[in-house]
Amino acid sequence: MTITTTMIKVGIADLKTAKAPNMLKTSGLGSCVGVVVYETSQKIAGLAHVMLPDSTVSKRETNNAMKYADTALDILLKELQEHGAKKYALRAKMAGGAHMFSFRSDNKMLRIGDRNVEAVRNILARYSIPILAEDVGGNKGRTIEFNIETSMLEIRTVNAGTTII
Amino acid sequence: MVRIDQLTQTHLDVLKEVGNIGAGNAATALSSLLNKKIDMTIPSINIVDFNELMDYVGGPETLIVSVFLRIQGEAPGSMFFVLTPEETNALVKRLLGDTEFKAEELMEKEMAYSAISEIGNILSGSYLSALSDFTSINMQPTVPTLVLDMAAAILMEGLVEVSQESDHAIIIDTMIEDGEGSTSSVKGHFFLLPDPDSFDKIFSALGVLDK
Repeated sequence: MTITTTMIKVGIADLKTAKAPNMLKTSGLGSCVGVVVYETSQKIAGLAHVMLPDSTVSKRETNNAMKYADTALDILLKELQEHGAKKYALRAKMAGGAHMFSFRSDNKMLRIGDRNVEAVRNILARYSIPILAEDVGGNKGRTIEFNIETSMLEIRTVNAGTTII
Repeated sequence: MVRIDQLTQTHLDVLKEVGNIGAGNAATALSSLLNKKIDMTIPSINIVDFNELMDYVGGPETLIVSVFLRIQGEAPGSMFFVLTPEETNALVKRLLGDTEFKAEELMEKEMAYSAISEIGNILSGSYLSALSDFTSINMQPTVPTLVLDMAAAILMEGLVEVSQESDHAIIIDTMIEDGEGSTSSVKGHFFLLPDPDSFDKIFSALGVLDK
């Protein structure tokens, strides 16, 4: 029997769920945050690429709920549970939230990466989902791949090599 | 407020003119710096969602060298001067005579980093000042920053403001290039991404009224 692994790509402001042996990948995280929520016993995982921390501050009725940390995680957890994941067994890993440029003087946008990371932490804490590993901050872009089989998250950067958490 | 789906041909023509004026001035600046003839392309106006924007530059992971600055004042927005690694090599070669330079080493090579920063500085400054004169809109650039990284990581940083309000960005893209047209020619792209509220300012400054 051949087992084929498909690399499932998650775009910007997008999310996907998958089961092993498939892998989940999202490319070019800067200030955006990639959050993986997974359950090891059933080998099921979901990955969200969130751009902004909070949907409630938006000035307009925006169309894409997967853009914001709060609404994206709501959708992600719902999808995982629909596929049979047990809420108490969920774990999370995340990467991203960088600060690509050293300036940014308009205050409200200052440190959007940090605010994304903070928002994801708060929401996961509210759902009592522990974050087992993270690689956040700094000033580098990241591409991440989650291996559902092993629950390992591979992080590739341009200037700082590859790490696995 | 002009919405993206309500833009008419007249609006798009005005945005093209914006790109023309800005990049034309920048091309002149580069031409006198390099003592070389510099051409520019007709600006293209693209209305894209975020993932389409990444495809537009060759994919989210594509390595790019970019000078980024925020425009502050009456019509805020983001501006990028984007080079591929090959274009960076060509520019460094022309500016410093360094034929060994590889764009991947940009962050370590102080002279090259400084030279590319300065070029980005001068060019984006001349782009903006032309635009500001033309529209009589007060625009002040922040200090430009130069980085080498994945396209998505860089470009999304300039889209934070846009993304609060919309899932699409209007991008005014102009390319400048020396006349040789070979692979070693000096060229680069300007991306101007006005914040959503800035379009009304630009349109009314240039006499295009809402219909």
